Amino acid sequence: MTDISQNGSTPRKHGETLLKLTARTKRRNAAERRFQAYGIGAIAIGLLMLVILVFNIVGNGMGAFTQTFVTLDVTLDAKKLDKKGNRDLDDIKKVSTFGYAPLIQKAFEAKVGALGLDSGLKAKDMAGLLSKGAPAQLRDYVLAHPETIGETVTFRFLANSRVDGYMKGRVTRDSIENDKNITAAQLDFTDQLVQAGVIEKTFNPAFIFGSDASDQRPEAAGIGVSMVGSLFMMFVVLALALPIGVAASIYLEEFAPKTWWTDVIEVNISNLAAVPSIVFGILGLAVFINYMHLPMSAPLVGGLVLTLMTLPTIIISTRAALKAVPPSIRDAALGVGASKMQSVFHHVLPLAAPGILTGTIIGLAQALGETAPLLLIGMVGFIASNAPDSVASGLLAPNSAMPAQIYEWAKRADPAFYERAWGGIIILLVFLVTMNTLAVILRRRFERRW
Amino acid sequence: MPTFWLVVFLFALAAFGYIAGRARALHSAGGNARDLHSLPAYYGYNVSLTALVPALLVLAIWLLAQPLLVETQVSRMIPTDAIPENSTLGLVMSDVRRVAEGLDIAVEQNALTETEAGSIRTEFTDLRGRLGELGVALGSDVRPEVLKAAQRYRVINSTGHLLMTLVVGALALGGLAFSYLRTNKDFRARNVVERGVLALLVLAASLAILTTIGIVLSMFFETINFFKLHSWTDFFFGGTWAPNFRGDSELSILPLLWGTLYISFIALLVAVPVGLFAAVYLSEYAGSHVRAIAKPLLEILAGIPTIVYGLFALLTVGPALVSIFGRGSEGLLGVEWMAGATSVLTAGLVMGIMLIPFVSSLSDDIINAVPQAMRDGSLGLGATKSETVKQVVLPAALPGIVGAVLLAASRAIGETMIVVMGAGAIAKFSLNPLESMTTITTRIVSQLTGDTDFASPETLVAFALGITLFVLTLGLNILALYIVRKYREQYE
Repeated sequence: MTDISQNGSTPRKHGETLLKLTARTKRRNAAERRFQAYGIGAIAIGLLMLVILVFNIVGNGMGAFTQTFVTLDVTLDAKKLDKKGNRDLDDIKKVSTFGYAPLIQKAFEAKVGALGLDSGLKAKDMAGLLSKGAPAQLRDYVLAHPETIGETVTFRFLANSRVDGYMKGRVTRDSIENDKNITAAQLDFTDQLVQAGVIEKTFNPAFIFGSDASDQRPEAAGIGVSMVGSLFMMFVVLALALPIGVAASIYLEEFAPKTWWTDVIEVNISNLAAVPSIVFGILGLAVFINYMHLPMSAPLVGGLVLTLMTLPTIIISTRAALKAVPPSIRDAALGVGASKMQSVFHHVLPLAAPGILTGTIIGLAQALGETAPLLLIGMVGFIASNAPDSVASGLLAPNSAMPAQIYEWAKRADPAFYERAWGGIIILLVFLVTMNTLAVILRRRFERRW
Repeated sequence: MPTFWLVVFLFALAAFGYIAGRARALHSAGGNARDLHSLPAYYGYNVSLTALVPALLVLAIWLLAQPLLVETQVSRMIPTDAIPENSTLGLVMSDVRRVAEGLDIAVEQNALTETEAGSIRTEFTDLRGRLGELGVALGSDVRPEVLKAAQRYRVINSTGHLLMTLVVGALALGGLAFSYLRTNKDFRARNVVERGVLALLVLAASLAILTTIGIVLSMFFETINFFKLHSWTDFFFGGTWAPNFRGDSELSILPLLWGTLYISFIALLVAVPVGLFAAVYLSEYAGSHVRAIAKPLLEILAGIPTIVYGLFALLTVGPALVSIFGRGSEGLLGVEWMAGATSVLTAGLVMGIMLIPFVSSLSDDIINAVPQAMRDGSLGLGATKSETVKQVVLPAALPGIVGAVLLAASRAIGETMIVVMGAGAIAKFSLNPLESMTTITTRIVSQLTGDTDFASPETLVAFALGITLFVLTLGLNILALYIVRKYREQYE
């Protein structure tokens, strides 16, 4: 430590007490404190970022779980909907959604009349408060219940995303100056209706369970169908990556002789674990789609790509779990006459199972949040409107996945979709937190120290 | 989906084989399991594995090989003069496939009978219109040779499928019968089963190699195709990235590489000091309680999916930076340096946050591996803790830390979602971190999403970019692992 003594070295004079700090000691102690402060600062920065991230996600995303609804009593006018009056479903189907829009406008006028409000708005502008999907909602109801034609039925319509944003504070009278979709007068009318209890903001299960909607109707978009897509992919990953990963680890850890071939495999696996995920996407595109002609956007393809991506993670953690089982277990099994294979499958594997499961869950969580490879195999750019109706269509019909859906929403122009994207992230993170907690609990509960 | 049912059939057969084999073995020993060579279950496993495994393997190989065979068979039918100008065989073949799919759908929906689908002629029917009614949109009118090729494609494909079902089914049944007949009390079932299982284990382990080969080959061939269409000197040494559809695109990797490295550099500028100081504090100063809380909390940052960071960059960090450096007099600094939310700084900062736990936990391991004796020696000589860290521990751990930083750099170079959402799309050489720039991964995504034409250099360049990225990250990883391993040996 020569440079310390050279740095302004002032040796103690004879008779000077050790209890009095010299300037140099003070400086060294200050440097010590500074160094510690840097460390604390670094950790504080890291944790601060975590807190900012979490607050950001929760603050921006919670809005997606509530939605503004407008309750109206619509008279299903038989003259408009069923001109022939014979309640023939084919005739009713001929009335398009345009035919239903006047009914909603009438319902609005009736409501305003009953409440004694005066908005100064035309019926068409009043109906502009509703989602563009409102007539379609009405039509679907009538087609499902043709017997209700002629009656007055109470409906809860989704409000337009601008009205919804106004209720949530995202849209203000200043922000809509150049907005063609809504006017300040409509917002005044909204205020009146809120006071009358016609418009209310409630919990919106359709966001969690529903399907995506076109970019004209952010208020109707939900993440449910892409959640099913993710579920199918995870199913594929679990069904392939777990057995293959465990088998590969058993071979490498228990049976493999020390040859160059084994070395090649081992180096390979550790390198595969660090290959950028997008490269796996290119592989999937080239092999599964261009070469094997599997359908684009299918969860099966997504699952296969994610399997290849998670396999190294699972192999590495499984090998660690196998390694943690002490050799005495194997020796004891061999000693009482078990074959090598029996000692592994009957004794080592069950003891390593908690560790393997933990690693698998963490691998699955990683796969669940992965986006980049899914972009290349086409799991974005379309609207997954219907939940699959069978296992085969769940695997092969085009679908989206949660992270891909979030990306899709983040790309759209309407800022109302950003709230959906943050909300989607909350749901994604709930899944990830649950999976990781499960992994930690498994480890705590079943892990054995030998 | 018949293949799906074929697999179900195979598994059902295997389950049946297990029961039958076990029963036959027990029967041959007169119901006394002790007279058997192996445990009764092994006889069952033997029968079910012999029935299942060869059939499944053949099925997998068949599914991989059939597209190639059909493709070569059918593409031979298309004469070279039938390929229109500025089109390629690949494009015509994709037309053929689309028509074939359309015919399949038509048959499925009973719009055409099987024979009609096989004999229909463009001369007499407006096939495009008829398929359009069924929801199969074709880009252009169907030309006769394409239709003929499509019909041939369907025929070969369906015979191939039939043949596959027959061969696989026969193999499974044959295996079942063979091993069932072999089953008797003296048969060494356990040895046979164990050898079979070992072979399966080897196969599973080799899949990792297969994946790597798949990655390299899938990109290699398309890269070669790309270099046939585009000069490699422009790709590696050109100065502009400007894809267009007129056919004179300039596709050079250098501006993209610059963007990638610049963003990674900023990310490391954030992650390395923060991560390193955090690691030093956690391993040298923090008590066990602080460590038990702070370390897992920091590692949460590593478990957050990158799409979340991407959104954070796009919607939070980007606008925040704009409000500081942009907006002219309305901004915090009153300057107009930043036009949009996407910039090198946006992506770099967010990526840095993502890499903090990566650097800190790797360095933590490495610092912990420095022998305690070295610390004790330094402290015993009167050095303070920070002097010990700065002058003994860190120099000793330096190679390992360099390895950790290289690993982080490789992670940063391959990162996709953050740069796709936070970095922008403009390829240029610039030193200004407030401008938006683009990276290799961003361009791969944008060239390969949407409607892609696998015969144009604009699409194929993605494969060349991909293989460069692969080589780059692989090289960094191997170097880093080598350094870390070398370092570990030093203290073991």
